[in-house]
Amino acid sequence: MRTRYRTTIWSSGLAAALVAVILVSASIGPVPIDLPVVAMASLNAIGIPTAASVSIETAPLAGLAVPVPDLAIGYTYPFSFSVPATSELIVREIRLPRIVLGAVVGFALGTAGAVMQGFFRNPMADPSIIGVSTGAAVGAVATIALPLTIPFGLQTAAFVGAVVTAFAVYLIATSDGRTPVATLLLAGVAVQTFLGAVVSFLLLQSGESLREAVYWLMGHLSATGWDEVEVTLPVVAVLFVTLVPFARDLNVLMLGEEDAQTLGIPVEWTKRVLLAVSSVMTAAAVAVAGVIGFVGLIVPHVMRLLVGPDHRILLPTSALAGATFLVATDTLARSGGQELPVGIITAALGAPFFLFLLVRREVHEL
Amino acid sequence: MSDLLSVEEITVGFGEAGVLDGVSLSVDAGEFVGLVGPNGAGKTTLLRAINGVLDPGAGTIHVEGHARDACSTRQWSQRVATVPQDTSVSFAFRVEDIVEMGRTPHRSRSQFGTSESDRRRIVDALDRTDTARFRERSIDELSGGERQRVFVARALAQDTPLLLLDEPTASLDVNHQVEILELVRDLVGEGRGALAAIHDLDLAARFCDRLALLSDGRIRAVGPPEDVLDPGVLDEAFATSTTVTTNPATGTPTVTARTDRGDSDRRVHVLGGGRLGARAIATLDAAGHTVSAGVFREGDVATETASTLGTSAVTSPPTGEVGPDAIAAAHDLASGADVVVLADVTIGSRQWALDVAESVPSVVLLEEQPLEARVLAGERARDRYQTLRERGRIAEIESLPLAVAEAQNQLQRPADD
Repeated sequence: MRTRYRTTIWSSGLAAALVAVILVSASIGPVPIDLPVVAMASLNAIGIPTAASVSIETAPLAGLAVPVPDLAIGYTYPFSFSVPATSELIVREIRLPRIVLGAVVGFALGTAGAVMQGFFRNPMADPSIIGVSTGAAVGAVATIALPLTIPFGLQTAAFVGAVVTAFAVYLIATSDGRTPVATLLLAGVAVQTFLGAVVSFLLLQSGESLREAVYWLMGHLSATGWDEVEVTLPVVAVLFVTLVPFARDLNVLMLGEEDAQTLGIPVEWTKRVLLAVSSVMTAAAVAVAGVIGFVGLIVPHVMRLLVGPDHRILLPTSALAGATFLVATDTLARSGGQELPVGIITAALGAPFFLFLLVRREVHEL
Repeated sequence: MSDLLSVEEITVGFGEAGVLDGVSLSVDAGEFVGLVGPNGAGKTTLLRAINGVLDPGAGTIHVEGHARDACSTRQWSQRVATVPQDTSVSFAFRVEDIVEMGRTPHRSRSQFGTSESDRRRIVDALDRTDTARFRERSIDELSGGERQRVFVARALAQDTPLLLLDEPTASLDVNHQVEILELVRDLVGEGRGALAAIHDLDLAARFCDRLALLSDGRIRAVGPPEDVLDPGVLDEAFATSTTVTTNPATGTPTVTARTDRGDSDRRVHVLGGGRLGARAIATLDAAGHTVSAGVFREGDVATETASTLGTSAVTSPPTGEVGPDAIAAAHDLASGADVVVLADVTIGSRQWALDVAESVPSVVLLEEQPLEARVLAGERARDRYQTLRERGRIAEIESLPLAVAEAQNQLQRPADD
């Protein structure tokens, strides 16, 4: 009862904070907009999917017309406040998509970070520890740098790169059906180093698109629209719902794999599920936002200090805190004179904060 | 047969090395079985095979008639609970959270909170193990003994017929060792079965109904502690020399291991007490010599050492002249000796120590105090002592056994000279 109660309180509080940060963020920009207007415009933007239809379209690939299923979703909008048209347009079509995507990406990174830290029983683990981000970087930079036309674009390439890398690291580290976490960690480090070399080489070949590639690598949320949200939000939501029933298993796994086995957890199977789900979640986030560091490391860590190590409360709070943190830092990133990649802000704020925890001896295990 | 646990002919190997070789063992309901044996004998491996962490290459394991192979991890964990050897947790879980994890085998994945029956089990486990008072504390703030009890509570919450404990007393101080084993005893009294790897033979004998002695991956003996703790059985398993006596306080067997006893048939008599005499007796005894000693004063440290080691020693009252009976007894003991050791011996006016020493073929002298301080009986006594010195050899206490061996070998090969 106590855990359920604490989870509800903390999650409600953080959800409220997230909503507040989203509204404040949407009011900030070159054209300041009053908060009540922002609130009304935001409510107007809430759409509930009520209809879906699939049509087959064709996409050109290597001179052939390839049929691609296209999913069209019909939305119903329950609110219709009267708001000045310009303000509504700015909030709804420019600021909100970016803010919501930031929230989704932060949510995913916070969740995946908490899972990875529990999985590796190491508070220094982060969502990219088995090479997901570097894999995504290879996919993205290859698309930018090489004179290839990849169908479905950069984000798909990044996503595929991320998932393939994670799977490869998993295969390398697995023998006889067992995947020792220490081996996984080392395989991840080695593969990341190798792929880092690939990325550097691609950057050298990228010529005029170098700037674009570097910008992607730094992690950013600029120039995003509802399309990205439409894909990423459902993916992250479904994966999160998949993870929640594993919260208790994660707790038991933190006592060690042998203990977990004697408490009835099918250890290797559970590890596979956790690894797959959190890797795909990270891949989905990194594919649309680039490599945003420190959110997945710092946020779960701080939440563990605040709410304790129980994943039943740690998973939802890390997710919501990650979302709030990324929306807030992205607001900072875009509110200066020149827009900065949000990855710079998260690392610039996150690293000193982590050092502060380190000096205070709040962080002591490795 | 109504065995709770029945292990039949299991074999476990890592690569080439076999760790368990055809091990069979059974535990009944209401029985506390201790698994004893030297380090590396395979005790932990056996427990890990029983709890399902390791897969035995051959053999079968049944609990309440259910074969391990036929059970899922979850089903098996409803039958076998394990208290691990290492109870350190690097994350700040509350004690109650840890105990609650014991309910894992009994709840479905979709269950988020704690059901009423879970709650009852958890509260009961906390009460039984006397851990309820720190249920809100973080596990990493507790002492080793407290943590061990929390993990026993977790195993209780798991509500299994069989309890495995891997060295439950290994990292505890003596009062907590007794406490935890008493707790297991009580739990077994309620109809559970327990199998515990225990390296302390005395504790195992005191608390277990039966012992199983494991060495080199095989069961060497199984039975009541009195039968298993037999020097003949233990000496081979532990490759040492043991003495088994009855602990006067508990009435259960207590085992003393001797260090590496040599096998010598030398008889050595030690003269001269005090610290040096005591060390001489202990060193020679450890080297495997049959030692006799005296005359010593009662209350002397050498007298105590002799009595601890079971060495025959002649004693006389702490003060006054050494009586003629004591001197005669010393002559009797020394007469069978091959070597006499003079440990800073003091020569009084009656010079009896010199008389005893002269009757033994070989002499070894330990000299830490100057001669003048020890020979109190004038010119004649000093001459006799010098003669002994020339006949014998002077040694340091560290190399005493070697000096004794040399002294005697020289005696046995007079033709070489």
